[in-house]
Amino acid sequence: MKTLVLVEHDNTNMKDATLAVVTAASQLGEVHALVVGSGCASVGEQAAKVAGVATVHVADDAALANQLAENVAPLVASLMESHDAFLAPATTTGKNIAPRVAALLDVMQISDILSVESEDTFTRPIYAGNAIATVKSSDAKKVITVRGTAFDKAAAEGGSAAIEGVTGAGESGLSSFVSEEIAKSERPELTSAKIIVSGGRALGSSEKFEEVITPLADKLGAGIGASRAAVDAGYVPNDYQVGQTGKIVAPEVYIAIGISGAIQHLAGMKDSKTIVAINKDEDAPIFQVADIGLVADLFNAVPELTEKV
Amino acid sequence: MKILVPVKRVIDYNVKPRVKSDGSGVDLANVKMSMNPFDEISVEEAIRLKEAGKAEEIIAVSVGPQKAQETLRTALAMGADRAILVMTDDEVEPLGVAKILAKIVEEEAPKLVICGKQAIDDDANQTGQMLAALLGWGQGTFANTVAIDGDSIEVKREIDGGLQTVKLNLPAVVTTDLRLNEPRYASLPNIMKAKKKPMDEKTPADYGVDISPRLTTITVAEPPVRQAGEKVEDVDALVAKLKAVGAI
Repeated sequence: MKTLVLVEHDNTNMKDATLAVVTAASQLGEVHALVVGSGCASVGEQAAKVAGVATVHVADDAALANQLAENVAPLVASLMESHDAFLAPATTTGKNIAPRVAALLDVMQISDILSVESEDTFTRPIYAGNAIATVKSSDAKKVITVRGTAFDKAAAEGGSAAIEGVTGAGESGLSSFVSEEIAKSERPELTSAKIIVSGGRALGSSEKFEEVITPLADKLGAGIGASRAAVDAGYVPNDYQVGQTGKIVAPEVYIAIGISGAIQHLAGMKDSKTIVAINKDEDAPIFQVADIGLVADLFNAVPELTEKV
Repeated sequence: MKILVPVKRVIDYNVKPRVKSDGSGVDLANVKMSMNPFDEISVEEAIRLKEAGKAEEIIAVSVGPQKAQETLRTALAMGADRAILVMTDDEVEPLGVAKILAKIVEEEAPKLVICGKQAIDDDANQTGQMLAALLGWGQGTFANTVAIDGDSIEVKREIDGGLQTVKLNLPAVVTTDLRLNEPRYASLPNIMKAKKKPMDEKTPADYGVDISPRLTTITVAEPPVRQAGEKVEDVDALVAKLKAVGAI
């Protein structure tokens, strides 16, 4: 089987999310990568180094600079004439583009796969991760999005794929890019951080969130996350949200502070290697999944922890 | 202009789903069902656009069993003007739903379709994008803010790491994210009035599209259960433990 992997990038750097998709694709067959962007030659070179990638197709076109689904999907659909499966990371970019490709190909997409069971059978979470479905696709071509935390990352170095240019269909005339506000931060991104410090509603205010969570994260070099309750209460922006409706993360260490552990939050972090919970309610559901639990008032315990780590 | 709002009847978001012991699916017998929360946000946004004078009519549509009538009545009670139920007891996949919706769009000619970004049962996150592809329209997914300006709509989208704003020519498809708005509750008088609002009943056959499933569910299982670890007495013990597992 010949697969086509959508490379996640910002026109300069390839994102780690791509590496897990390469692993998933390699379980299906030969891996070909697709870089869609503008001025993205360096991304093509990075993708060519990924272990297991046979060919990198680079579509470098001003119309593709912002990867608008209306412009990208027809290009992918045309490349699918010579590929059997299209795999995209289950990021907001992948989730925006892949279903549009699937409909153009008259294929039913398989979303957010957790494993490849065979070339037509996959597992995927349903009901916010409260159930895992094993599904078999009867479509001749497959369109798949991949949950990054469910697959090991392919080695970023060691490959030497051929790079080929491809041409897109240009502007669809349906949509245009206006602006982007990307939070700039020295901190590791949530989806690639080794340690995440995450705060919940118990923090009480955005000032307290900053005062308690940030110093610990700084000391550990950690990413900062939050529960949906903390986001809804306005303590932190939406892109901090970990959970089924936010980001799905699986760091080495996840430190949940003042987070009760609602199902939807657990769905976003339960694959973390070590989960630490600090909460003053000893019956909080978070303790049922935590490897290390501390029943304590976070306003005392966290500053003390920050001092001692 | 008209706005079409597809809604889905799903398990209520407060109910913990239970996997059937035979692994055939999730048990929905005697379980509270409600409108998919993202679809409530879609209905609310359509109503706000109408209240702002940007739209004249809101049509709610659902593809599902007879009981999806209740979901449509909720949309009507919130403020939709009329409803279309495409009745089927079969499970229709996002691709099939998108094909039915595309036919309804041909008949009704709305300028805007507002879908929830995903349903909380199958978590597919596909229907809106697929509909946009089938119609050859622009798509504004995961909307945080929308603003209609003449023949175009600006959609501020929630993307990984921040927000992106795109401009789409109308007609277009928008899919809603959580922070777009806070849906209203239907008032009792409006619930009573909704009973008199028109609801067309159709079947997938009326639209002549092939909605046979492409995916077969082989099994549905409980996710692996994570075992609780141990509780520590104080911060010193926590630090020791973190060091022991090599976490710090």
